Amino acid sequence: MSTPTLYAVTVLGHDRPGIIAETTGQLAGLGLNLEDSTMTLLRGHFAMMLVCSGGVEGAAIESALAPLTTDGTLTVTVREVPEETAPAAAGTSWVLTVHGGDRPGIVSGVVSEVAALGGNITDLSTRLSGSLYLLVAEFDVPAGTDLDALETAIRTAATALGVGATLRPAEADEL
Amino acid sequence: MSGTPTPAAPSERLAAWTEDELGVEGRVLEVVRVPDPVLSTPGAEVDPTAPETVQLAADLVATMRVSPGCVGLAAQQVGVAARVFCVDVSAHPKTREHHGTFVLCNAEVVESSRNEKAREGCMSVPDFTGDVKRASRLVVRGQLPGTGEEVTFSANAFEARCLQHELDHCAGFVFLDRVAGAHAIHPRKTYL
Repeated sequence: MSTPTLYAVTVLGHDRPGIIAETTGQLAGLGLNLEDSTMTLLRGHFAMMLVCSGGVEGAAIESALAPLTTDGTLTVTVREVPEETAPAAAGTSWVLTVHGGDRPGIVSGVVSEVAALGGNITDLSTRLSGSLYLLVAEFDVPAGTDLDALETAIRTAATALGVGATLRPAEADEL
Repeated sequence: MSGTPTPAAPSERLAAWTEDELGVEGRVLEVVRVPDPVLSTPGAEVDPTAPETVQLAADLVATMRVSPGCVGLAAQQVGVAARVFCVDVSAHPKTREHHGTFVLCNAEVVESSRNEKAREGCMSVPDFTGDVKRASRLVVRGQLPGTGEEVTFSANAFEARCLQHELDHCAGFVFLDRVAGAHAIHPRKTYL
């Protein structure tokens, strides 16, 4: 038996009831196994990304999902992706909140400081509500990272942007 | 005085307190919202006996009373960066023990334990709720407005959560600064 192929599928566009049911129904019909997936509404737009595996060609998945796109309100992409192995976490995990008045460059200004010290963002969401801009990110830093320097760099960048930033350890309760 | 400190208990003095003690009429003030910078400003220590502190205490209670579902309000939320807040969780379904309505000045956490995660909202962050882990058992020390009496008392469950939320406001933090992760913030679906 051949190794199953991994595919990354995205579905983006106008929200309506039934998009997930139709998408996953078509994938199941091709014998594909749904692995990780995430779906949310981004300013009211449907946005779903998933990784599935199976023994079919990418073109077969595209044609199975094509009916979703016929009214022109949804975009579907299908792409073969390699297996990824998550690196062993030797460092520490953090949660960062940034909030303040909306202006261009808040996300890039703050997360570039995380990147500069080798931090890797593992989860991020941002929201704009009225004049409030809000970012919450989780990131890992390698063992030995100068955390005081990281916190200072983030706070300095946030202050320059006129927003506030708080950093705290990502807590996991072992049971 | 020496020896082992007495374990903190609920405070009869605090439970008996009402805003009538303040002797001034509270005014209903406008509640400010993020991103107003006052909400990120740590509060100054106050003189609990000063007339402006007594008036602020009365204003906080009056504003809380007219705000549907409001169980606590800090000075920052009415635009004043000061360490004063009011609480009244007596009508909330998640409340176990409670002290009714009270106002504290310069309050601080003495002990905390038994963290629990729950979803919080805030009048100053009207469009979101967030999952925040907080202690469900708390010992708090603070001063009563007007007399300046110091009270140290224990609180639990929802009153403990509310106290920590208000203490955060007084330190210049909102619940957004405490949420558990990137997917712990949720658009609010119902407004009180």
